[in-house]
Amino acid sequence: MTKITFVSFDGTTRTEVDAENGSTVMENAIRNAIPGIDAECGGACACATCHVYVDEEWTQEVGEPEPMEEDMLDFAYDVRPTSRLSCQIKVRDEMDGLVVHIPERQS
Amino acid sequence: MSEIIRTDVVIVGAGPVGLFAVFELGLYDLKCHLIDILDRPGGQCAELYPEKPIYDIPAWPEISGQALVDRLMEQIKPFSPQFHLNRMVTKLERQADGSFRVETDEGEIFETKVVVIAAGGGSFQPKRPPVPGIEAYEGTSVFYSVRRMEAFRDQDVMIVGGGDSALDWALNLQPIAKSLTLVHRRAEFRAAPDSVKKMFELVDSGGIRFELGQVTGLKGENGQIAAVKIKDSDGEKELPATRMLPFFGLTMKLGPVADWGLNLHENLIAVDTEKFETSEPGIFAIGDINWYPGKLKLILSGFHEAALMTQAAKRIVSPGERVVFQYTTSSTSLQKKLGVQ
Ligand SMILES: Cc1cc2nc3c(=O)[nH]c(=O)nc-3n(C[C@H](O)[C@H](O)[C@H](O)COP(=O)(O)OP(=O)(O)OC[C@H]3O[C@@H](n4cnc5c(N)ncnc54)[C@H](O)[C@@H]3O)c2cc1C
Ligand code: FES
Repeated sequence: MTKITFVSFDGTTRTEVDAENGSTVMENAIRNAIPGIDAECGGACACATCHVYVDEEWTQEVGEPEPMEEDMLDFAYDVRPTSRLSCQIKVRDEMDGLVVHIPERQS
Repeated sequence: MSEIIRTDVVIVGAGPVGLFAVFELGLYDLKCHLIDILDRPGGQCAELYPEKPIYDIPAWPEISGQALVDRLMEQIKPFSPQFHLNRMVTKLERQADGSFRVETDEGEIFETKVVVIAAGGGSFQPKRPPVPGIEAYEGTSVFYSVRRMEAFRDQDVMIVGGGDSALDWALNLQPIAKSLTLVHRRAEFRAAPDSVKKMFELVDSGGIRFELGQVTGLKGENGQIAAVKIKDSDGEKELPATRMLPFFGLTMKLGPVADWGLNLHENLIAVDTEKFETSEPGIFAIGDINWYPGKLKLILSGFHEAALMTQAAKRIVSPGERVVFQYTTSSTSLQKKLGVQ
């Protein structure tokens, strides 16, 4: 099991969850009812409502978005260099301890 | 006012389920008109995931959203359905003789014996960008589409977005606007390469100002914007603008369907599972828009609903006529209709 921590926008709530390898970060957010992840399209990279900021410490490991995800990020709010769509991040062993931050709002 | 269009069936929504309904209804000689707010048929499959593969269409181990729509269009061709695109169905009323009157926002009027609502997740409408306070300016100085170009003449126009709508309108409005600023969060665009090239040429010649950044706020009063706050890598700045056109994609909203007096179940239209008829006899609802115990929002479920709905629709359009069940494989009369005999 790989541990992922979701941090609320104001930084006050940190929720650590156990994630299965191969699942997506979005799926783990939904399964654990993390507030602020809507995922309206169910993970098809078609809605940009699963937007997260990957913690600076982890951007290298998680990597860059694919072109399709980059296009979809145009529809998200307050996109930053660390922005990713969480449905496009697949959990791997190397991500144990991953920290992602929830944005102020989803579009 | 345009002439009244008379038909057997009006289908609200040209998504995959509305399209397949044309086929099932066509086998029983029912003529269909389809109305959709989008500029092309295909609903969610064409608008949200044209290139993504679908794996659960029977007998198609893998087919993309757009390919499914193209196949459906080919399949229903023998029945010559009439499409009315870029139109929202706004009104649906029963008339004294029991038939229905359907109206669109473009002023068309249909008189029809049966209405099939295949409105999916609702009508596609422009997404409101999550900019605080934007509602106060909508319809006065912030617009999500261009209905009249004149409204932008001699204005300081700001267009936000990086897709085809943003680029097309930047190019079209540039000649008549006082100034035109295009704001996008990155230098890559999702638009036709030709438009991108034209846009950058205008940027070089001073006709268009391109700003890399994201909109964070608006300034103005009484519905009239004066300036737009843009955040970029150096911080925040304000740019003057008197008209703004944000293009942030489309989202589905139930829309007028909610006002037609039908029984709803959590924003979906309640139907029976024999005929998929709504609380109003003669109005059917199929596909993602309907609800019944056990409902699954799957394309294949919508296809099944279309077939069963057709049996009931035929009885309404041709009362007293015997409805004969036949197979397309063996019925010569069905094959004639399909043009294969
Ligand atoms: C990313 C994604 C992946 C999916 N993957 C699958 C899959 O693998 N398998 C599967 O079976 N399903 C899948 N689905 C679901 C599938 O797309 C829907 O079940 C299907 O599109 C429903 O078809 P429909 O015709 O009922 O409605 P829609 O496709 O939603 O079409 C309805 C149409 O009606 C129009 N409309 C609504 N109201 C009005 C009005 N008042 N006036 C004018 N027009 C109106 C809308 O503009 C729209 O074009 C997926 C959906 C998404 C978003
Ligand atoms: S869930 Fe829709 S883009 Fe991720």
